[in-house]
Amino acid sequence: MSPPTDELLALYRWMRLTRTLEERLVALYRQTKVVGGLFRSLGQEACAVGSAYALERTDVLSPLIRNLGSMLVKGATPLEVLRQYMAKGDSPTRGRELNIHFGDVTDRHFVGQISHLGDLVPVMAGITLTFRIRREPRVGLVYVGDGATSTGAFHEGINFAAVQRCPLVVIVENNGYAYSTPTRMQCAAERLADKAAGYGIPGVRADGNDVLEVLRVTREAVARARAGEGPTLLEMMTYRRKGHAEHDNQSYVPEGEIEQWAATNDPIDRYAARLTTEFGVSAETLAAIDAEVAAQVDAATDEAEASPACDGPDALVGVYAEPPAMPVLWYRGDAARAVEAHERPASWGTHDG
Amino acid sequence: MAEITLVEAVREALAEEMERDPSVVLLGEDIARYGGAFKATDGLLERFGPDRVIDTPISEAGIVGAASGMAHYGMRPVVEMQFIDFISCAYDMLTNYSATARYRAFLPCPIVVRGPSGGYVRGGPFHSQNPEAAFLHTPGIKIAYPATVEDAKGLLKAAIRDDDPVLFFEHKYLYRRIKAPSPPPEHVVPLGKARIARAGRDLTIVTYAATVHKALEAAEQLAREDGLEVEVLDLRTVLPIDDAAIVASVQKTNRVLLVHEDTVTGGIAGEITARINEQCFEWLDAPVRRVAAHDVPLPYAPPLEDFVLPQTSDIVRASRWLAAY
Repeated sequence: MSPPTDELLALYRWMRLTRTLEERLVALYRQTKVVGGLFRSLGQEACAVGSAYALERTDVLSPLIRNLGSMLVKGATPLEVLRQYMAKGDSPTRGRELNIHFGDVTDRHFVGQISHLGDLVPVMAGITLTFRIRREPRVGLVYVGDGATSTGAFHEGINFAAVQRCPLVVIVENNGYAYSTPTRMQCAAERLADKAAGYGIPGVRADGNDVLEVLRVTREAVARARAGEGPTLLEMMTYRRKGHAEHDNQSYVPEGEIEQWAATNDPIDRYAARLTTEFGVSAETLAAIDAEVAAQVDAATDEAEASPACDGPDALVGVYAEPPAMPVLWYRGDAARAVEAHERPASWGTHDG
Repeated sequence: MAEITLVEAVREALAEEMERDPSVVLLGEDIARYGGAFKATDGLLERFGPDRVIDTPISEAGIVGAASGMAHYGMRPVVEMQFIDFISCAYDMLTNYSATARYRAFLPCPIVVRGPSGGYVRGGPFHSQNPEAAFLHTPGIKIAYPATVEDAKGLLKAAIRDDDPVLFFEHKYLYRRIKAPSPPPEHVVPLGKARIARAGRDLTIVTYAATVHKALEAAEQLAREDGLEVEVLDLRTVLPIDDAAIVASVQKTNRVLLVHEDTVTGGIAGEITARINEQCFEWLDAPVRRVAAHDVPLPYAPPLEDFVLPQTSDIVRASRWLAAY
């Protein structure tokens, strides 16, 4: 039985939106309008989109730097992403954090990541433990890369989640490289999915560049989690076609490797071909989606460029609930009044806020 | 009225807060069935069940991370470090993840990380530490370190009710050595407010935790033998530091001795010295001096540990030096 057409087209649209938005970010980066580094997920869009699509609205997702697509599926908007990269005053973190490091745990349910890889695995173990304790039928999905599987936090988090039978899905995106380090130098195990055995949970390896395969195996793991059967470790095989960040010239990659993946295993090309040949979707339909996505990104770019810059004194606001702002140091003269203008109510960022 | 020990005050605070607020849960190694290495959580599993008193694997970073995740979704987890020395294993999670959560992502992170700390107990290098200064440098975290039974209960309640991560140090030398009547359930001591443990006009000793008791002993001896009226200021919370209370006392006595059990270099006394220098330099009649542990890992053998740690006689000697300056 083939999947419903709206689902098939939605998957295509999210992958295309991810790529188009990142291509726009590259243009803005070259115009120096992106303030910090730029991190691409070129060639990995199927993994992020297919897995996030397996979640319900109230399920929680913890993305990694190459999971822009998963955040879009979960409700993050191109405008938020653009403002965030451009360090705008109305960006989701009001300029406190970079790139796709932002979250929303009140409505759309994705958690702001940090740069310390693996740390979100125990955090997601705790979130899903909360769901289990409250008997809420909600599931968590946390992404790590091949590199993060070497960290202590990954081990401690997945082990704790397994012991507590937390409704958690852990996806290892094996994209071949952690910065410049190939996976074989990261871990001596042939298959990262085999690590699951050490925690007494199922481990599954899948083709991360086949969006329907990603969706299928993630749905199975999500169903297990929701049924109270505990965590699953999924290893998604994919390939990082760009450098760690935009500055990285990938001199460490063997000649021809990137070109080979681009030519024969691009997740969007593969899926578009399947849609037209196997599922009877017309090329015109896909072209219309491409145009619609491009227009959306254009409009978001215009809006983000018009957004205000951050205001310096706002930097002191929100370290604690109480006090609402940190004091200005003496050598800054009368800046204290400017900080007060930025203060928010003490309940801001708290449960009843 | 029945008297309780400091460790019993901790247990009462936990039980009363769990009774009051169903979102309060406990996580830690050997805390549920066994009741904790120091029995701080004894009997709480039976009262509150395994969903609220949770035994964990030996994974300090994992537990702090999990507690943070629970806190994002409405829980108020209290994590026990079996000995506070092991908090170093969770340093990354606390400083990079939990402490920054509100600021970088507007994530509520009301967690408490508590555990037995401190020396004078022949615990050796890994069961005697005072790592508070390692976290003093972390915006987003608060640190409480009570010296009395009443403050142990009242500050822990305030820590649990606080909307940000709080480290709560319980001096194991004091766990069963001091007793006081059990404070009522509504007894909450606000974070960030120091306490005058003994009033005086000749000299101020600023300290916290176990050395409060040594400072009080020293003050007693100095009153008896030297006629000196020493004021002892118990910080109670080392982050935030109660600047106003320190400045008020310095303006009264004009001489100040800073005492802590932690090692001297990079300790909290250095930070307080800077604040006194910035805020009330002209009120000083003598240099600010410190009595703190020597800069060595804390050794096990009694003659070694006693030599390294500040003793009452050291505080008396230093106070006399300051008074005579």
